[in-house]
Amino acid sequence: MEVFLQQLINGITLGSIYGLIAIGYTMVFGIIGMVNFAHGDVFMVSAFIALVAFLLLTSFLGISSIALALFLVLIVAMLFTSLVNWTIERLAYRPLRGSFRLAPLISAIGMSIFLSNFVQVTQGPRNKSIPPMVQGEFVLFTKNDYPVTLSFKQLIIWFVTAVLLACFWYLVSKTRLGRAQRACEQDQKMAALVGVDVDRTISMTFVIAAALAAVAGTMYLMYYGVVSFADGFVPGVKAFTAAVLGGIGSLPGAVVGGILIGLIETMWSAYFSIDYKDVAAFSVLAITLIFLPQGLFGRPDVEKV
Amino acid sequence: MTTRLLTVRGVKTFYGRVMALKGVDLEVNEGEIVTLIGANGAGKSTLMMTVCGNPRAREGTIEFAGHDITRLPTHEIARLKLAQAPEGRRIFSRMTVLENLQMGSITAEPSEFARDLDRVLALFPRLSQRIGQRGGTLSGGEQQMLAIARALMAQPRLLLLDEPSLGLAPLVVRQIFDAIKTLNAESGLTVFLVEQNAYHALKLAHRGYVMVNGRITLSGTGRELLEHSEIKSAYLEGGRH
Repeated sequence: MEVFLQQLINGITLGSIYGLIAIGYTMVFGIIGMVNFAHGDVFMVSAFIALVAFLLLTSFLGISSIALALFLVLIVAMLFTSLVNWTIERLAYRPLRGSFRLAPLISAIGMSIFLSNFVQVTQGPRNKSIPPMVQGEFVLFTKNDYPVTLSFKQLIIWFVTAVLLACFWYLVSKTRLGRAQRACEQDQKMAALVGVDVDRTISMTFVIAAALAAVAGTMYLMYYGVVSFADGFVPGVKAFTAAVLGGIGSLPGAVVGGILIGLIETMWSAYFSIDYKDVAAFSVLAITLIFLPQGLFGRPDVEKV
Repeated sequence: MTTRLLTVRGVKTFYGRVMALKGVDLEVNEGEIVTLIGANGAGKSTLMMTVCGNPRAREGTIEFAGHDITRLPTHEIARLKLAQAPEGRRIFSRMTVLENLQMGSITAEPSEFARDLDRVLALFPRLSQRIGQRGGTLSGGEQQMLAIARALMAQPRLLLLDEPSLGLAPLVVRQIFDAIKTLNAESGLTVFLVEQNAYHALKLAHRGYVMVNGRITLSGTGRELLEHSEIKSAYLEGGRH
Protein backbone atom coordinates (compact mmCIF):
# COMPACT_ATOMS: atom_id res chain seq x y z
CA MET A 1 0.00 0.00 0.00
CA GLU A 2 2.68 2.48 1.02
CA VAL A 3 4.80 1.54 -1.97
CA PHE A 4 1.79 1.94 -4.19
CA LEU A 5 1.08 5.43 -2.84
CA GLN A 6 4.68 6.49 -3.23
CA GLN A 7 4.76 5.23 -6.79
CA LEU A 8 1.47 6.96 -7.48
CA ILE A 9 3.05 10.26 -6.46
CA ASN A 10 6.17 9.57 -8.52
CA GLY A 11 4.15 8.38 -11.48
CA ILE A 12 1.94 11.46 -11.61
CA THR A 13 5.05 13.63 -11.49
CA LEU A 14 6.71 11.81 -14.34
CA GLY A 15 3.40 11.66 -16.19
CA SER A 16 3.01 15.45 -15.96
CA ILE A 17 6.30 15.85 -17.80
CA TYR A 18 5.26 13.33 -20.45
CA GLY A 19 1.87 15.01 -20.77
CA LEU A 20 3.41 18.42 -21.45
CA ILE A 21 5.57 16.95 -24.21
CA ALA A 22 2.71 14.86 -25.58
CA ILE A 23 0.59 17.98 -26.14
CA GLY A 24 3.22 19.15 -28.62
CA TYR A 25 3.01 15.93 -30.62
CA THR A 26 -0.76 15.93 -30.63
CA MET A 27 -1.16 19.62 -31.56
CA VAL A 28 1.25 19.46 -34.45
CA PHE A 29 -0.30 16.23 -35.67
CA GLY A 30 -3.76 17.77 -35.38
CA ILE A 31 -2.94 20.80 -37.47
CA ILE A 32 -0.61 19.48 -40.19
CA GLY A 33 -1.01 15.71 -39.86
CA MET A 34 2.67 15.17 -39.22
CA VAL A 35 4.40 13.28 -36.40
CA ASN A 36 7.09 15.71 -35.35
CA PHE A 37 9.88 13.31 -34.49
CA ALA A 38 12.16 16.18 -33.51
CA HIS A 39 9.87 17.16 -30.65
CA GLY A 40 11.68 14.99 -28.10
CA ASP A 41 14.94 16.68 -29.02
CA VAL A 42 13.32 20.09 -28.77
CA PHE A 43 12.48 19.04 -25.22
CA MET A 44 16.11 18.06 -24.62
CA VAL A 45 17.34 21.36 -26.06
CA SER A 46 14.98 23.20 -23.72
CA ALA A 47 16.49 21.38 -20.74
CA PHE A 48 19.93 22.58 -21.87
CA ILE A 49 18.67 26.12 -22.30
CA ALA A 50 17.26 25.89 -18.78
CA LEU A 51 20.59 24.55 -17.53
CA VAL A 52 22.59 27.36 -19.07
CA ALA A 53 20.07 29.94 -17.89
CA PHE A 54 20.13 28.55 -14.36
CA LEU A 55 23.91 28.59 -14.14
CA LEU A 56 24.10 32.10 -15.58
CA LEU A 57 21.46 33.43 -13.25
CA THR A 58 22.84 31.87 -10.08
CA SER A 59 26.59 32.13 -10.57
CA PHE A 60 27.03 35.22 -12.74
CA LEU A 61 24.10 37.38 -11.81
CA GLY A 62 24.09 36.09 -8.26
CA ILE A 63 20.38 35.57 -7.90
CA SER A 64 19.98 33.76 -4.61
CA SER A 65 16.22 33.37 -4.43
CA ILE A 66 15.52 29.94 -5.85
CA ALA A 67 11.88 30.76 -6.57
CA LEU A 68 12.85 33.80 -8.62
CA ALA A 69 15.63 31.90 -10.40
CA LEU A 70 13.30 29.05 -11.26
CA PHE A 71 10.67 31.43 -12.57
CA LEU A 72 13.20 33.28 -14.74
CA VAL A 73 14.69 30.01 -15.99
CA LEU A 74 11.24 28.88 -16.99
CA ILE A 75 10.56 32.09 -18.92
CA VAL A 76 13.94 32.06 -20.66
CA ALA A 77 13.60 28.38 -21.60
CA MET A 78 10.11 28.91 -22.98
CA LEU A 79 11.18 31.92 -25.05
CA PHE A 80 14.30 30.41 -26.56
CA THR A 81 12.80 26.98 -27.17
CA SER A 82 9.86 28.60 -28.93
CA LEU A 83 12.29 30.47 -31.13
CA VAL A 84 14.15 27.24 -31.92
CA ASN A 85 10.97 25.39 -32.85
CA TRP A 86 9.65 28.33 -34.87
CA THR A 87 12.89 28.34 -36.86
CA ILE A 88 12.77 24.56 -37.38
CA GLU A 89 9.26 24.81 -38.76
CA ARG A 90 10.22 27.62 -41.12
CA LEU A 91 13.36 25.95 -42.41
CA ALA A 92 12.63 22.25 -42.32
CA TYR A 93 8.87 21.72 -42.54
CA ARG A 94 7.16 24.63 -44.24
CA PRO A 95 9.01 24.32 -47.55
CA LEU A 96 7.88 20.69 -47.68
CA ARG A 97 4.22 21.39 -47.16
CA GLY A 98 2.29 20.12 -50.15
CA SER A 99 5.07 17.68 -50.93
CA PHE A 100 4.55 13.94 -50.57
CA ARG A 101 3.32 12.80 -47.17
CA LEU A 102 6.52 11.30 -45.84
CA ALA A 103 8.71 14.29 -46.70
CA PRO A 104 8.15 16.34 -43.53
CA LEU A 105 8.44 13.19 -41.42
CA ILE A 106 11.86 12.43 -42.88
CA SER A 107 12.83 16.05 -42.42
CA ALA A 108 11.76 15.80 -38.76
CA ILE A 109 13.94 12.74 -38.21
CA GLY A 110 16.78 14.73 -39.74
CA MET A 111 16.14 17.64 -37.39
CA SER A 112 16.08 15.22 -34.47
CA ILE A 113 19.52 13.90 -35.39
CA PHE A 114 20.78 17.42 -36.02
CA LEU A 115 19.61 18.72 -32.64
CA SER A 116 21.07 15.89 -30.59
CA ASN A 117 24.37 16.03 -32.47
CA PHE A 118 24.53 19.80 -32.20
CA VAL A 119 24.10 19.60 -28.43
CA GLN A 120 26.60 16.76 -28.23
CA VAL A 121 29.23 18.77 -30.07
CA THR A 122 28.65 22.09 -28.34
CA GLN A 123 27.88 20.85 -24.82
CA GLY A 124 29.88 17.65 -24.74
CA PRO A 125 28.73 14.06 -24.64
CA ARG A 126 28.67 13.65 -20.86
CA ASN A 127 25.81 14.24 -18.45
CA LYS A 128 25.56 17.87 -17.41
CA SER A 129 24.46 18.44 -13.87
CA ILE A 130 23.36 21.38 -11.79
CA PRO A 131 23.45 21.84 -8.04
CA PRO A 132 20.07 20.84 -6.57
CA MET A 133 17.62 23.67 -7.11
CA VAL A 134 14.99 22.65 -4.61
CA GLN A 135 15.39 20.40 -1.62
CA GLY A 136 13.11 19.15 1.08
CA GLU A 137 9.99 17.07 1.28
CA PHE A 138 6.84 16.38 3.23
CA VAL A 139 6.61 13.02 4.93
CA LEU A 140 2.97 12.14 4.43
CA PHE A 141 3.07 9.10 6.73
CA THR A 142 5.33 6.25 7.69
CA LYS A 143 4.33 2.64 7.73
CA ASN A 144 6.61 -0.35 8.38
CA ASP A 145 9.56 2.04 8.37
CA TYR A 146 8.66 3.12 4.83
CA PRO A 147 8.05 6.86 4.66
CA VAL A 148 5.69 8.02 1.92
CA THR A 149 7.03 11.38 0.82
CA LEU A 150 6.00 14.20 -1.43
CA SER A 151 9.00 16.31 -2.28
CA PHE A 152 8.85 20.04 -2.89
CA LYS A 153 10.16 19.38 -6.39
CA GLN A 154 7.19 17.15 -7.09
CA LEU A 155 4.79 19.71 -5.70
CA ILE A 156 6.32 22.38 -7.94
CA ILE A 157 5.95 20.11 -10.97
CA TRP A 158 2.31 19.41 -10.17
CA PHE A 159 1.58 23.06 -9.58
CA VAL A 160 3.39 24.40 -12.65
CA THR A 161 1.84 21.72 -14.87
CA ALA A 162 -1.65 22.45 -13.57
CA VAL A 163 -1.26 26.21 -14.06
CA LEU A 164 0.19 25.78 -17.55
CA LEU A 165 -2.53 23.35 -18.58
CA ALA A 166 -5.19 25.78 -17.37
CA CYS A 167 -3.64 28.62 -19.38
CA PHE A 168 -3.28 26.35 -22.37
CA TRP A 169 -6.88 25.16 -22.13
CA TYR A 170 -8.03 28.77 -21.99
CA LEU A 171 -5.89 29.67 -24.99
CA VAL A 172 -7.22 26.85 -27.13
CA SER A 173 -10.89 27.05 -26.21
CA LYS A 174 -11.54 30.74 -25.60
CA THR A 175 -9.17 32.90 -27.61
CA ARG A 176 -9.05 33.94 -31.25
CA LEU A 177 -5.77 32.14 -31.76
CA GLY A 178 -7.17 28.94 -30.27
CA ARG A 179 -10.24 29.10 -32.47
CA ALA A 180 -8.08 29.75 -35.50
CA GLN A 181 -5.99 26.71 -34.60
CA ARG A 182 -9.00 24.47 -34.27
CA ALA A 183 -10.39 25.84 -37.54
CA CYS A 184 -7.11 25.06 -39.34
CA GLU A 185 -7.19 21.59 -37.83
CA GLN A 186 -10.59 20.96 -39.39
CA ASP A 187 -10.42 22.74 -42.73
CA GLN A 188 -7.44 24.88 -43.72
CA LYS A 189 -9.01 26.00 -46.98
CA MET A 190 -12.09 27.30 -45.23
CA ALA A 191 -10.03 28.87 -42.45
CA ALA A 192 -8.17 30.88 -45.09
CA LEU A 193 -11.48 31.88 -46.69
CA VAL A 194 -12.66 33.50 -43.46
CA GLY A 195 -9.36 35.35 -43.18
CA VAL A 196 -7.12 33.13 -41.02
CA ASP A 197 -3.44 33.33 -41.90
CA VAL A 198 -2.89 29.57 -41.96
CA ASP A 199 0.92 29.72 -42.13
CA ARG A 200 1.07 32.02 -39.14
CA THR A 201 -1.33 29.82 -37.19
CA ILE A 202 0.82 26.77 -37.89
CA SER A 203 3.90 28.71 -36.75
CA MET A 204 2.12 29.64 -33.54
CA THR A 205 1.27 25.98 -32.98
CA PHE A 206 4.96 25.11 -33.08
CA VAL A 207 5.70 28.01 -30.73
CA ILE A 208 3.12 26.83 -28.19
CA ALA A 209 4.22 23.20 -28.50
CA ALA A 210 7.80 24.30 -27.83
CA ALA A 211 6.82 26.46 -24.86
CA LEU A 212 5.09 23.50 -23.22
CA ALA A 213 8.05 21.24 -24.02
CA ALA A 214 10.29 23.86 -22.40
CA VAL A 215 8.24 23.72 -19.22
CA ALA A 216 8.67 19.96 -19.29
CA GLY A 217 12.42 20.36 -19.96
CA THR A 218 12.88 22.78 -17.08
CA MET A 219 10.92 20.53 -14.73
CA TYR A 220 12.93 17.52 -15.89
CA LEU A 221 16.18 19.31 -15.18
CA MET A 222 15.00 20.45 -11.77
CA TYR A 223 13.72 16.95 -10.91
CA TYR A 224 16.70 14.88 -11.97
CA GLY A 225 19.44 17.52 -11.81
CA VAL A 226 21.18 16.09 -14.88
CA VAL A 227 20.62 16.14 -18.59
CA SER A 228 22.52 14.77 -21.57
CA PHE A 229 22.31 15.21 -25.31
CA ALA A 230 20.66 11.77 -25.62
CA ASP A 231 17.82 12.61 -23.24
CA GLY A 232 15.50 13.71 -26.01
CA PHE A 233 14.88 10.33 -27.51
CA VAL A 234 13.39 8.14 -24.80
CA PRO A 235 11.17 10.77 -23.10
CA GLY A 236 10.20 11.92 -26.59
CA VAL A 237 9.08 8.49 -27.71
CA LYS A 238 7.29 7.94 -24.41
CA ALA A 239 5.43 11.19 -24.81
CA PHE A 240 4.57 10.14 -28.34
CA THR A 241 3.24 6.88 -26.88
CA ALA A 242 1.20 8.97 -24.46
CA ALA A 243 -0.25 10.98 -27.33
CA VAL A 244 -1.17 7.80 -29.22
CA LEU A 245 -2.66 6.22 -26.10
CA GLY A 246 -4.76 9.31 -25.45
CA GLY A 247 -5.80 9.50 -29.10
CA ILE A 248 -3.52 11.54 -31.33
CA GLY A 249 -5.09 14.90 -32.07
CA SER A 250 -6.88 15.02 -28.72
CA LEU A 251 -5.52 17.52 -26.20
CA PRO A 252 -7.10 16.06 -23.05
CA GLY A 253 -6.02 12.67 -24.39
CA ALA A 254 -2.38 13.80 -24.41
CA VAL A 255 -2.51 14.80 -20.76
CA VAL A 256 -4.34 11.68 -19.61
CA GLY A 257 -2.11 9.50 -21.78
CA GLY A 258 0.99 11.16 -20.31
CA ILE A 259 -0.08 10.50 -16.75
CA LEU A 260 -1.02 6.90 -17.60
CA ILE A 261 2.37 6.26 -19.18
CA GLY A 262 4.07 7.81 -16.16
CA LEU A 263 2.06 5.55 -13.85
CA ILE A 264 2.64 2.42 -15.91
CA GLU A 265 6.36 3.08 -15.90
CA THR A 266 6.67 3.72 -12.16
CA MET A 267 4.35 0.89 -11.15
CA TRP A 268 6.19 -1.52 -13.38
CA SER A 269 9.49 -0.41 -11.86
CA ALA A 270 8.16 -0.97 -8.36
CA TYR A 271 6.45 -4.30 -8.80
CA PHE A 272 8.23 -5.99 -11.67
CA SER A 273 11.59 -5.01 -13.03
CA ILE A 274 13.07 -1.54 -13.25
CA ASP A 275 15.33 -2.71 -16.09
CA TYR A 276 12.33 -3.38 -18.27
CA LYS A 277 10.40 -0.18 -17.54
CA ASP A 278 10.92 1.16 -21.06
CA VAL A 279 9.77 -2.14 -22.49
CA ALA A 280 6.57 -1.80 -20.48
CA ALA A 281 5.98 1.74 -21.70
CA PHE A 282 6.60 0.87 -25.33
CA SER A 283 4.49 -2.27 -25.15
CA VAL A 284 1.65 0.11 -24.44
CA LEU A 285 2.36 1.78 -27.78
CA ALA A 286 2.16 -1.54 -29.62
CA ILE A 287 -0.92 -2.71 -27.73
CA THR A 288 -2.72 0.59 -28.30
CA LEU A 289 -1.94 0.59 -31.99
CA ILE A 290 -3.23 -2.95 -32.36
CA PHE A 291 -6.36 -2.90 -30.22
CA LEU A 292 -7.33 0.76 -29.86
CA PRO A 293 -5.79 2.62 -32.79
CA GLN A 294 -7.94 5.71 -32.26
CA GLY A 295 -6.77 5.94 -28.62
CA LEU A 296 -8.78 6.67 -25.50
CA PHE A 297 -10.13 10.07 -26.53
CA GLY A 298 -9.66 9.87 -30.27
CA ARG A 299 -12.63 10.29 -32.50
CA PRO A 300 -13.51 7.75 -35.11
CA ASP A 301 -13.11 9.16 -38.59
CA VAL A 302 -16.80 9.43 -39.28
CA GLU A 303 -18.47 12.73 -39.74
CA LYS A 304 -21.80 13.95 -40.94
CA VAL A 305 -21.48 15.72 -44.24
CA MET B 1 -23.96 55.78 -61.28
CA THR B 2 -22.86 52.22 -60.68
CA THR B 3 -19.57 51.32 -59.12
CA ARG B 4 -17.65 48.29 -60.24
CA LEU B 5 -16.93 46.02 -57.29
CA LEU B 6 -15.53 42.88 -58.88
CA THR B 7 -13.90 42.69 -62.29
CA VAL B 8 -12.69 39.41 -63.74
CA ARG B 9 -10.69 39.69 -66.98
CA GLY B 10 -9.42 36.82 -69.09
CA VAL B 11 -8.99 34.49 -66.13
CA LYS B 12 -7.56 31.05 -66.82
CA THR B 13 -7.26 28.49 -64.04
CA PHE B 14 -5.61 25.11 -64.24
CA TYR B 15 -5.81 21.94 -62.21
CA GLY B 16 -2.49 20.42 -63.04
CA ARG B 17 -2.54 20.44 -66.83
CA VAL B 18 -6.29 20.62 -67.18
CA MET B 19 -7.60 24.08 -67.98
CA ALA B 20 -10.76 24.53 -65.91
CA LEU B 21 -11.38 28.20 -66.71
CA LYS B 22 -10.57 29.17 -70.29
CA GLY B 23 -10.57 32.94 -70.14
CA VAL B 24 -13.48 34.24 -68.09
CA ASP B 25 -14.68 37.85 -68.14
CA LEU B 26 -17.38 39.16 -65.89
CA GLU B 27 -18.15 41.96 -63.50
CA VAL B 28 -20.28 42.62 -60.46
CA ASN B 29 -21.45 46.13 -59.60
CA GLU B 30 -22.11 47.46 -56.15
CA GLY B 31 -25.63 46.65 -54.91
CA GLU B 32 -26.34 43.97 -57.50
CA ILE B 33 -27.29 40.35 -57.26
CA VAL B 34 -25.44 38.61 -60.07
CA THR B 35 -25.85 34.95 -60.77
CA LEU B 36 -23.69 32.48 -62.61
CA ILE B 37 -25.49 29.41 -63.88
CA GLY B 38 -24.23 26.38 -65.66
CA ALA B 39 -24.12 22.61 -65.61
CA ASN B 40 -22.14 20.42 -63.25
CA GLY B 41 -18.44 20.70 -63.95
CA ALA B 42 -18.73 23.89 -66.01
CA GLY B 43 -16.22 25.62 -63.72
CA LYS B 44 -18.56 27.73 -61.60
CA SER B 45 -17.08 26.76 -58.25
CA THR B 46 -13.58 26.98 -59.68
CA LEU B 47 -14.29 30.58 -60.58
CA MET B 48 -15.56 31.31 -57.06
CA MET B 49 -12.46 29.82 -55.52
CA THR B 50 -10.17 31.52 -58.04
CA VAL B 51 -11.64 34.88 -57.04
CA CYS B 52 -10.58 33.97 -53.48
CA GLY B 53 -7.09 33.00 -54.59
CA ASN B 54 -7.21 29.21 -54.17
CA PRO B 55 -6.43 27.94 -56.79
CA ARG B 56 -4.76 31.00 -58.20
CA ALA B 57 -5.48 32.27 -61.70
CA ARG B 58 -2.62 31.44 -64.06
CA GLU B 59 -3.59 34.17 -66.49
CA GLY B 60 -5.81 37.22 -66.39
CA THR B 61 -6.59 39.69 -63.64
CA ILE B 62 -9.11 39.93 -60.84
CA GLU B 63 -9.86 43.30 -59.30
CA PHE B 64 -11.91 43.85 -56.19
CA ALA B 65 -12.89 47.28 -54.86
CA GLY B 66 -9.98 48.92 -56.63
CA HIS B 67 -7.37 46.35 -55.49
CA ASP B 68 -5.68 43.89 -57.81
CA ILE B 69 -6.26 40.67 -55.90
CA THR B 70 -5.01 38.24 -58.56
CA ARG B 71 -1.84 37.39 -56.62
CA LEU B 72 -2.99 38.04 -53.05
CA PRO B 73 -3.10 35.14 -50.58
CA THR B 74 -6.58 33.93 -49.67
CA HIS B 75 -6.66 35.33 -46.15
CA GLU B 76 -5.68 38.80 -47.35
CA ILE B 77 -8.45 38.74 -49.94
CA ALA B 78 -10.86 37.90 -47.11
CA ARG B 79 -9.60 40.93 -45.20
CA LEU B 80 -10.73 43.18 -48.05
CA LYS B 81 -14.27 42.13 -47.04
CA LEU B 82 -14.90 39.54 -49.68
CA ALA B 83 -16.69 36.65 -48.00
CA GLN B 84 -17.67 33.29 -49.41
CA ALA B 85 -20.14 30.60 -48.40
CA PRO B 86 -18.39 27.91 -50.43
CA GLU B 87 -19.48 24.77 -52.20
CA GLY B 88 -20.32 22.01 -49.76
CA ARG B 89 -20.88 24.57 -46.97
CA ARG B 90 -17.62 23.68 -45.17
CA ILE B 91 -18.80 24.65 -41.74
CA PHE B 92 -16.39 23.86 -38.90
CA SER B 93 -18.23 20.76 -37.77
CA ARG B 94 -16.43 20.27 -34.45
CA MET B 95 -17.01 23.87 -33.39
CA THR B 96 -20.24 25.25 -32.03
CA VAL B 97 -22.57 27.44 -34.05
CA LEU B 98 -21.39 30.45 -32.05
CA GLU B 99 -17.74 29.58 -32.65
CA ASN B 100 -18.42 29.23 -36.36
CA LEU B 101 -19.91 32.72 -36.34
CA GLN B 102 -16.92 34.00 -34.37
CA MET B 103 -14.66 32.52 -37.05
CA GLY B 104 -16.68 34.39 -39.64
CA SER B 105 -16.15 37.66 -37.81
CA ILE B 106 -12.36 37.62 -37.60
CA THR B 107 -12.00 40.19 -40.36
CA ALA B 108 -14.78 42.37 -38.91
CA GLU B 109 -14.63 45.11 -36.33
CA PRO B 110 -14.60 43.29 -32.92
CA SER B 111 -16.70 45.97 -31.22
CA GLU B 112 -19.52 45.30 -33.68
CA PHE B 113 -19.67 41.57 -33.04
CA ALA B 114 -22.76 41.66 -30.81
CA ARG B 115 -24.70 43.76 -33.28
CA ASP B 116 -23.75 41.57 -36.24
CA LEU B 117 -24.62 38.45 -34.27
CA ASP B 118 -28.09 39.79 -33.47
CA ARG B 119 -28.57 40.63 -37.12
CA VAL B 120 -27.70 37.22 -38.53
CA LEU B 121 -29.70 35.46 -35.84
CA ALA B 122 -32.70 37.60 -36.69
CA LEU B 123 -32.24 36.58 -40.32
CA PHE B 124 -31.92 32.88 -39.44
CA PRO B 125 -33.82 32.38 -36.15
CA ARG B 126 -33.19 28.62 -36.35
CA LEU B 127 -29.54 29.24 -35.62
CA SER B 128 -30.24 30.95 -32.33
CA GLN B 129 -31.90 27.77 -31.06
CA ARG B 130 -28.76 25.86 -32.03
CA ILE B 131 -26.20 28.40 -30.87
CA GLY B 132 -24.33 26.08 -28.47
CA GLN B 133 -24.55 22.98 -30.65
CA ARG B 134 -21.66 21.64 -32.69
CA GLY B 135 -21.91 22.50 -36.35
CA GLY B 136 -21.71 18.85 -37.40
CA THR B 137 -24.98 18.03 -35.62
CA LEU B 138 -27.03 20.51 -37.67
CA SER B 139 -29.30 19.47 -40.52
CA GLY B 140 -28.27 20.28 -44.08
CA GLY B 141 -30.49 23.35 -44.27
CA GLU B 142 -29.23 24.63 -40.95
CA GLN B 143 -25.66 24.08 -42.05
CA GLN B 144 -26.31 26.15 -45.17
CA MET B 145 -27.84 28.91 -43.05
CA LEU B 146 -24.80 28.76 -40.82
CA ALA B 147 -22.45 28.97 -43.81
CA ILE B 148 -24.22 32.09 -45.06
CA ALA B 149 -24.46 33.58 -41.56
CA ARG B 150 -20.74 32.96 -41.04
CA ALA B 151 -19.96 34.80 -44.28
CA LEU B 152 -22.24 37.68 -43.24
CA MET B 153 -20.40 38.04 -39.93
CA ALA B 154 -17.43 39.34 -41.91
CA GLN B 155 -19.47 42.47 -42.85
CA PRO B 156 -18.75 41.68 -46.49
CA ARG B 157 -18.83 44.16 -49.33
CA LEU B 158 -19.32 41.23 -51.65
CA LEU B 159 -20.85 37.91 -50.71
CA LEU B 160 -20.03 34.89 -52.85
CA LEU B 161 -22.61 32.12 -52.52
CA ASP B 162 -21.82 28.78 -54.08
CA GLU B 163 -24.91 26.63 -54.65
CA PRO B 164 -26.78 27.49 -51.48
CA SER B 165 -29.76 25.40 -52.64
CA LEU B 166 -27.86 22.16 -53.20
CA GLY B 167 -29.49 19.19 -51.53
CA LEU B 168 -32.08 21.20 -49.64
CA ALA B 169 -35.84 20.85 -49.45
CA PRO B 170 -37.78 23.38 -51.59
CA LEU B 171 -39.13 25.15 -48.51
CA VAL B 172 -35.64 25.66 -47.10
CA VAL B 173 -34.41 26.84 -50.51
CA ARG B 174 -37.15 29.46 -50.50
CA GLN B 175 -36.17 30.61 -47.00
CA ILE B 176 -32.57 31.00 -48.08
CA PHE B 177 -33.40 32.83 -51.30
CA ASP B 178 -35.75 35.12 -49.38
CA ALA B 179 -32.95 35.90 -46.97
CA ILE B 180 -30.62 36.80 -49.84
CA LYS B 181 -33.28 39.06 -51.33
CA THR B 182 -33.88 40.80 -48.00
CA LEU B 183 -30.18 41.37 -47.45
CA ASN B 184 -29.80 42.90 -50.88
CA ALA B 185 -32.90 45.07 -50.67
CA GLU B 186 -32.48 46.28 -47.11
CA SER B 187 -28.76 46.65 -46.62
CA GLY B 188 -27.66 46.90 -50.23
CA LEU B 189 -25.45 43.82 -49.96
CA THR B 190 -23.80 42.83 -53.23
CA VAL B 191 -24.21 39.12 -53.96
CA PHE B 192 -22.56 36.90 -56.52
CA LEU B 193 -24.51 33.68 -56.64
CA VAL B 194 -23.57 30.41 -58.29
CA GLU B 195 -26.52 28.14 -58.91
CA GLN B 196 -27.68 25.04 -60.73
CA ASN B 197 -31.21 25.95 -59.80
CA ALA B 198 -31.36 28.35 -62.75
CA TYR B 199 -35.00 29.34 -62.51
CA HIS B 200 -34.86 30.58 -58.94
CA ALA B 201 -31.48 32.16 -59.39
CA LEU B 202 -32.45 34.10 -62.50
CA LYS B 203 -35.68 35.29 -60.92
CA LEU B 204 -33.74 36.61 -57.95
CA ALA B 205 -30.80 38.14 -59.80
CA HIS B 206 -30.47 41.50 -61.52
CA ARG B 207 -28.03 40.08 -64.00
CA GLY B 208 -26.78 36.67 -64.92
CA TYR B 209 -24.02 34.84 -66.73
CA VAL B 210 -24.09 31.37 -68.23
CA MET B 211 -20.96 29.24 -68.07
CA VAL B 212 -20.32 26.30 -70.35
CA ASN B 213 -17.13 24.30 -70.15
CA GLY B 214 -14.99 27.01 -68.55
CA ARG B 215 -16.26 29.89 -70.70
CA ILE B 216 -19.00 32.50 -70.35
CA THR B 217 -21.37 31.91 -73.25
CA LEU B 218 -24.26 34.23 -72.45
CA SER B 219 -24.98 37.19 -70.25
CA GLY B 220 -27.87 39.56 -69.67
CA THR B 221 -30.44 40.66 -67.15
CA GLY B 222 -32.16 37.97 -65.15
CA ARG B 223 -35.36 38.45 -67.13
CA GLU B 224 -33.62 38.34 -70.52
CA LEU B 225 -31.92 35.09 -69.65
CA LEU B 226 -35.15 33.56 -68.34
CA GLU B 227 -36.75 34.27 -71.72
CA HIS B 228 -33.76 33.10 -73.75
CA SER B 229 -34.58 30.02 -75.82
CA GLU B 230 -31.24 28.28 -75.30
CA ILE B 231 -31.47 28.67 -71.56
CA LYS B 232 -35.04 27.53 -71.52
CA SER B 233 -34.16 24.31 -73.24
CA ALA B 234 -30.87 23.65 -71.48
CA TYR B 235 -31.53 24.70 -67.92
CA LEU B 236 -35.18 25.41 -67.31
CA GLU B 237 -37.30 22.72 -68.92
CA GLY B 238 -38.83 20.78 -66.08
CA GLY B 239 -36.80 22.83 -63.68
CA ARG B 240 -39.64 24.94 -62.30
CA HIS B 241 -39.90 23.50 -58.86
